Amino acid sequence: MKLTLRIWRQSGPTGALVTYPLDDLSPDMSFLEMLDVLNESLVVRGEEPVAFDHDCREGICGMCGLMINGVAHGPEKATTACQLHLRHFSDGDTITVEPWRAKPFPVLRDLVVDRSALDRIVESGGYISVPTGSAPDAHATPVPKESADAAFTSAACIGCGACVAACPNGSAMLFTAAKATHLGSLPQGQPERWSRAQDMVQTHDDLGFGGCTNAGECTPACPKGIPLTTIAQLNRDLLRSHLR
Amino acid sequence: MQTLRLYRSTVGKKAVMAVTGVGMLLFVVGHMIGNLSVFSGPAAIDGYARWLREIGVVWPLRFGLLLCVGLHMVAAVQLARRARKARPQGYEHGRRPQSYAARTMRWGGVIITLFVVYHLLDLTAGVANPHGVQGEVYNNLVADFQLWYVVLAYTVAVLALGLHIRHGAWSALQSLGVTAPRGIALVVAGVICAGYLSVPAAVVLGVVS
Amino acid sequence: MYTEGTPIADTRAPGGPVENRWEQRRLNARLVNPANKRKLSVIVVGTGLAGASAAASLGELGYRVTSFCYQDSPRRAHSIAAQGGINAAKNYRNDGDSVRRLFQDTVKGGDFRSRESNVHRLAELSVRIIDQCVAQGVPFAREYGGLLDTRSFGGAQVSRTFYARGQTGQQLLLGAYQAMARQIAAGTVTSFPRTEMLDLVVHEGRARGVVVRDLVTGEVSAHTADAVVLATGGYGNVFHLSTNAKGCNTTAIWRAHRRGALFANPCFTQIHPTCIPISGDHQSKLTLMSESLRNDGRVWVPSRKDDPRPPNDIPEAERDYYLERMYPSFGNLVPRDIASRAAKNISDERKGVYLDFADAITRLGRDTVEARYGNLFEMYQRITGEDPYTAPMRIYPAVHYTMGGLWVDYDLRSTIPGLFVVGEANFSDHGANRLGASALMQGLADGYFVLPTTIGDYLADGPFGPCTPDVSEVRDRVAALLAVDGDRTAESFHRELGRLMWDECGMERDEAGLRKALDRIPELRAEFWRRIKVPGSGEALNQELEKAGRVADFLELAELMCVDALHRTESCGGHFRSESQTPDGEALRDDEAFGYVAAWEYTGGEPVLHKETLDFEHVRPSTRSYK
Repeated sequence: MKLTLRIWRQSGPTGALVTYPLDDLSPDMSFLEMLDVLNESLVVRGEEPVAFDHDCREGICGMCGLMINGVAHGPEKATTACQLHLRHFSDGDTITVEPWRAKPFPVLRDLVVDRSALDRIVESGGYISVPTGSAPDAHATPVPKESADAAFTSAACIGCGACVAACPNGSAMLFTAAKATHLGSLPQGQPERWSRAQDMVQTHDDLGFGGCTNAGECTPACPKGIPLTTIAQLNRDLLRSHLR
Repeated sequence: MQTLRLYRSTVGKKAVMAVTGVGMLLFVVGHMIGNLSVFSGPAAIDGYARWLREIGVVWPLRFGLLLCVGLHMVAAVQLARRARKARPQGYEHGRRPQSYAARTMRWGGVIITLFVVYHLLDLTAGVANPHGVQGEVYNNLVADFQLWYVVLAYTVAVLALGLHIRHGAWSALQSLGVTAPRGIALVVAGVICAGYLSVPAAVVLGVVS
Repeated sequence: MYTEGTPIADTRAPGGPVENRWEQRRLNARLVNPANKRKLSVIVVGTGLAGASAAASLGELGYRVTSFCYQDSPRRAHSIAAQGGINAAKNYRNDGDSVRRLFQDTVKGGDFRSRESNVHRLAELSVRIIDQCVAQGVPFAREYGGLLDTRSFGGAQVSRTFYARGQTGQQLLLGAYQAMARQIAAGTVTSFPRTEMLDLVVHEGRARGVVVRDLVTGEVSAHTADAVVLATGGYGNVFHLSTNAKGCNTTAIWRAHRRGALFANPCFTQIHPTCIPISGDHQSKLTLMSESLRNDGRVWVPSRKDDPRPPNDIPEAERDYYLERMYPSFGNLVPRDIASRAAKNISDERKGVYLDFADAITRLGRDTVEARYGNLFEMYQRITGEDPYTAPMRIYPAVHYTMGGLWVDYDLRSTIPGLFVVGEANFSDHGANRLGASALMQGLADGYFVLPTTIGDYLADGPFGPCTPDVSEVRDRVAALLAVDGDRTAESFHRELGRLMWDECGMERDEAGLRKALDRIPELRAEFWRRIKVPGSGEALNQELEKAGRVADFLELAELMCVDALHRTESCGGHFRSESQTPDGEALRDDEAFGYVAAWEYTGGEPVLHKETLDFEHVRPSTRSYK
């Protein structure tokens, strides 16, 4: 199949979309394999290939992240860019590929952005303080299955940043809430629950992310479908922490 | 200290918007119920307005509402400015549209504010009303809705309010940490639109004259 | 081809009964007092399960830790992709499990090519890992009573595998990453993401630091410390196509090998039987489908080799359920190496073999099948566009894990003092074949429990004084890659090398093929340095440059793997020499001649072989049979 790509190229402070026509593509290729093919042809021609982040290519590491036709990770629901296959496009389509856009995610080159702000949020409280060796037996505290399942739903977050990219406010609240809700749903996470909510939200705000206004754009963009109820839970935790 | 820290956070600002929004929503509901007394004739609605003044709730209510509007708007403007700063460069490709109600929250808010100003001049102060007699609520509003452009402006404003509530009521619950199905907000918005629009409709159709 | 040097031995494991050795070692290991820990620094390269757990635990102890990873966040290391689970001898099921049984299963599963002391310690620590992870908030699967659920895995007859849906690796890694994040916030760990180690600094006989390249700015710099820990994973990507992440590479351990660390059993690679087949030349990686699918799926091929019909049109009588036919007692649940080899012998990599759930759907109902495997079916459908509920899945083996790695002693010390190697990067615990759900266990045992004890014994002699490393060699190499300005991409060399390794040093190896590979690899390497094309500059984010450097190292490692495979004329575990098989085609071990670890020394020319003889006091070597 044939596709025309319009890809954001940037090596300095500004960039622009550059058009690349591609031929002989297989519908079985993943979106990133198509970029591989493009890049090999660019390298042979002596041009610089398109820089893009990727690693596991099985939808779990969270490294890839592309705005494909204005949609984070492209048109398929609950699918990362690395697992998106060309069979979901039509022969002759023109596809625009852009990096995530948010002030806390500066573009490093082409489609590569710096997402270390998300690490800062976790460092501010997204953990349970349990030094190695200090843990009691795993069965010391039974955890109701519903709590464990709820925790897992939030813990499935891969930290790709699609929620930020899709949010009209540039908010990372779904990411922040996923971590806080994961830990806050478990008995082990209770002692630090209130300070965790406060510290993570504070860091989220300080980093320059926008505020959540419940636009609801993040969940549809999330490759793991983290629900909006996680944000409600964080809101509740934060309010309770202050009003206790 | 805790309260200040809460207010400074984006979550805190949303909570302020939610609480003030709920306050205004309750007023809107009460106001609507009052409006519906128009169907019981001039004496009922004029009497209702008089009763409100006599029991002395008007000024505290006005003061409370003003506070709500102020806080609601300040928080909204702060969040909007934050959002703009959080994405200095937008996307070249048009983005998938959000739900219409969510997208129009900010402009919808502005339209509602402008209408409220006119509405106060019209039916509270009476200066923008064709009849314009204090205490004659029934006659004032019948006079209003004889004019097509007043009906139009009123309808647009009510629909804007409906859209605002359609997203806002659910959003307020979400901001306060209550998870509720979005359908609730749709029902509330529908009831409010129907209630408010029934009055001009009745005037235009001659049921109330 | 190689010369034989002096034998080596693990001098750190105490003698005596195997179940007392770790306690003994902990007692004998020297301690560092808390005030001195602050003066001691440790570099940890890699942030997978082993690296992140090590960095977090060492930070908690009070050492000054510097952590590096090539990804943009420590949380993305490839441990995150492990699906199945983690073994632990908790015996919560009361089904007869014990530390001793896990120890025996692992030694036997490794086909008697691992060290008893190490494996026993691993089994002992397995129980504490689960405790630690649960306390960190890892959301393991639970039963309605609130207790942990377990399942069975290949090579074991007890239910000892703890899991978090199909994302156990992700959840364990997030636990370790969060523990590390806590230490970053506390200031004991400094993290350098998007930074790649390109060389090891050895000063006065001790590993004292690393030379790294900042992948964003291209700056090459040295970091020094009192000890260096490599937790950089396996080298499965030498085959180009594997279930590893695209970035996984051998550079860190290969550079350490060139600086003097011995490389043990490089030819021991594990090929996983249930992966999604290759769909075309564009293929960039292979995706694993969890081994658990073989619990209910039946594996078959058309009896007629070139049957053109779609699978559902082939009548029952014309299907060959070859695993059930060849291994009646284990059937579809034979160990990974056996299932893989059988698939290779019977089909090719584009077609694959069928993994059929039709029987299971009839027997259990679609809902039950969906509840058990729904997410895997979804993943399969996403990648292939085929619906596994209505047509059988196509599967084919793929390179998955490397048991070989840098040689370490019981303390996880390499042959360079001060260089510790943990996780998949070392060779130690899995012998010639790793059992399912044991990789996560080993990575975390090393990082959380073993290293924090044993590194103290080494650091008790520190700090080791100043050291000013020379980074010019690394700079020159980067410049050399850019200077060739040839006409072939790094990817094309990688693809060619991978094809060669898969054909000649893959699931089945023989002398002629290995010799052919040994002829071809040096030619390919020479061609690489003549024709490689790396556009752009070294002073910026340049992903072609990163890839070229990694492929250059794979081109060196591949040769050592083939030498190792050629020298080991027996078959064992993942290493199958077609010359050494039983009359019915099973692997034939030669304990007399090859009951040793092959530890290779780098010389620049022919490598030198150092043998570490393996003694089995507790588990008697026997022939594995799954008939």
